[in-house]
Amino acid sequence: MVFKEFRELRRDRRTVAMMIALPVILLVVFGYAANFRVSDIPTAVVGPSASQAAALLNEPAFHVSEIDTAAGEPAARDLLRDGKAVVAVVTGGSAPLILMDGSQLFSVQTAETALGKMAATTRVQPRVEILYNPDLSTSWVMVPGLAGLILVFIGTLITSLGVVRERQAGTLEQLAVMPFRAWEVIAGKIVPYLIVAAVDLVVIVAIGMGVFHVPFAGNVGTFALGAALFLLVTLGMGILVSTVSQNQGQAIQLAFMLVMPQVLLSGLIFPVSSMALGVRWISYVLPLTYFIQISRGVMLKAMPISDLWEPIGLLAVLAVVVLGLAVFRFRRDLAPSGRKERAAARSEEPVAS
Amino acid sequence: MSWGLREVTVTRGHTEALAGVTVPVDRAGVTVVVGGDGAGKSTCLQVLAGLLKPSLGTVLRPQKERIGYVPATAGLYADLTVQENLDFSASAYRLAGRAWWQRAMALLEQTGLGPARHRLGGQLSGGMQRKLAVAMSLLHAPVLLLLDEPTTGVDPVSRAELWRLISAAAADGTAVAVSTTYVNEAARAAVVVLLEAGKTAASGTPAQILDGFPGRLGVMDGAERPAPLSWRRGVTWRVWAPEGALPAGARPAAPDFEDAGVAAALAGQRAALAGQRPGREG
Repeated sequence: MVFKEFRELRRDRRTVAMMIALPVILLVVFGYAANFRVSDIPTAVVGPSASQAAALLNEPAFHVSEIDTAAGEPAARDLLRDGKAVVAVVTGGSAPLILMDGSQLFSVQTAETALGKMAATTRVQPRVEILYNPDLSTSWVMVPGLAGLILVFIGTLITSLGVVRERQAGTLEQLAVMPFRAWEVIAGKIVPYLIVAAVDLVVIVAIGMGVFHVPFAGNVGTFALGAALFLLVTLGMGILVSTVSQNQGQAIQLAFMLVMPQVLLSGLIFPVSSMALGVRWISYVLPLTYFIQISRGVMLKAMPISDLWEPIGLLAVLAVVVLGLAVFRFRRDLAPSGRKERAAARSEEPVAS
Repeated sequence: MSWGLREVTVTRGHTEALAGVTVPVDRAGVTVVVGGDGAGKSTCLQVLAGLLKPSLGTVLRPQKERIGYVPATAGLYADLTVQENLDFSASAYRLAGRAWWQRAMALLEQTGLGPARHRLGGQLSGGMQRKLAVAMSLLHAPVLLLLDEPTTGVDPVSRAELWRLISAAAADGTAVAVSTTYVNEAARAAVVVLLEAGKTAASGTPAQILDGFPGRLGVMDGAERPAPLSWRRGVTWRVWAPEGALPAGARPAAPDFEDAGVAAALAGQRAALAGQRPGREG
């Protein structure tokens, strides 16, 4: 029995590769990504004494990305809302005002600790205001992202079986003979799950709001647009996996490989800005990274669509790329093989009378 | 020929799945492609269906919308009911209005699947599944119907019903190509193409193939196989002597089409072993 299993396993090279290479890759990637010690918090300093205040922010936790002596408190609030800074120091009053973006939980907690240390040495007692999540509630930050993560798990894994199931049942051959185009089959595979996943998302967000009291401060339309694009990418990834898999086992393994990194690398738990550069680029090709920016931005910070064009646009690009690849790959299943030999063959396809 | 393959060669890697095979499929007729496992039957139908491109030769087929195809696998959706499977087929071929509905009802009646309309495809018996698959492929009234081993693993009653369906389709003017491993099924075809290891072992009408039976046929009793070129038929052995000299104890017998088919296949095997190409085409 043991030998039989080994023999079978030896012939399933993809599984062997997954068993040996994947743990190593995941450990290295996650090891670099999992970093509770946040550094380089994007910080803006504004107001007439901005330069002096910036010089005082010598803690390594802060990365002063903007100093503007002409700007005031409204500009600082805009910088936080637009995600250009997590901490903004407003000078010019009797005491400096420090604004923090409560949707960046770990960053704010680290900033608070660093500010506490600084206050002890400089005797400056700033006023601190935490925006968007004043109680630093974990659920407020997690629920908008978790909604996306749950849909990644369900959407990608379920749709990853779509085409491969047809392949195994033998109905793919029949589909290939039917007058379908590749994109029609892909759309047919995605649309039902898109509708179910959209209902799922509404339920998840409603539970988040009802049970965990997560606010929904922004525009529903902006959220819906981001969610629709995100779901298209997520489901498209599943279909793409399905088109390159020969059986359901391979499809699940591959889908898992796409889903797992999104847990740790999307910014759901650890801020993307704190990740090592070597793994940070992975975050930028994961759809959940952008959905989290949109969902937190809309739900907690009421960001308008004009400030979210970047994640929305990138999700649209990802959707085009992923679905384009799925259609391209699937066309090979629907179209006859032996392209190299086509020149030698002569095929007559007269219109039937 | 209306449709079909002309001198088609299909290469897969370093092996020839088909080598210069001609399969005529005429309007209102049934062409049966018969052969053992790996003979190239499915490849023939896949090339005809447009699923495979040949490396050499000519393929004559109608547009995709006018082809009906049932693969060797189930050919239906196990999680859909009989009616839902037909509905899917209708939507795939953009059938609308009352005409397709009446045709669906007629096919359900013909196949005896009417009472099972609301049963899931996966819950049907093997024979009923094949009948449903054939009904689905006939729904859009194709001009070319391709059925890959529709009767394999099907009980004799269902097999007879399936052949009634196939004959009815041909009678309606459809050009039908059927692959099978059962030589006796080929006897009812207008044209038979007998394949052996990707090559044509014999082709023509059943009568032509029977007329071209080479050598002599004998019948022998006994438990042991009497000669290398022999096969069981009921309780007796059929012994084939290509050169005409039957072994001692063999009673001469008149070959029927099944014998002719088996002999042609054996001739193909011998030719392949001798490194030659079988040269007999009816």
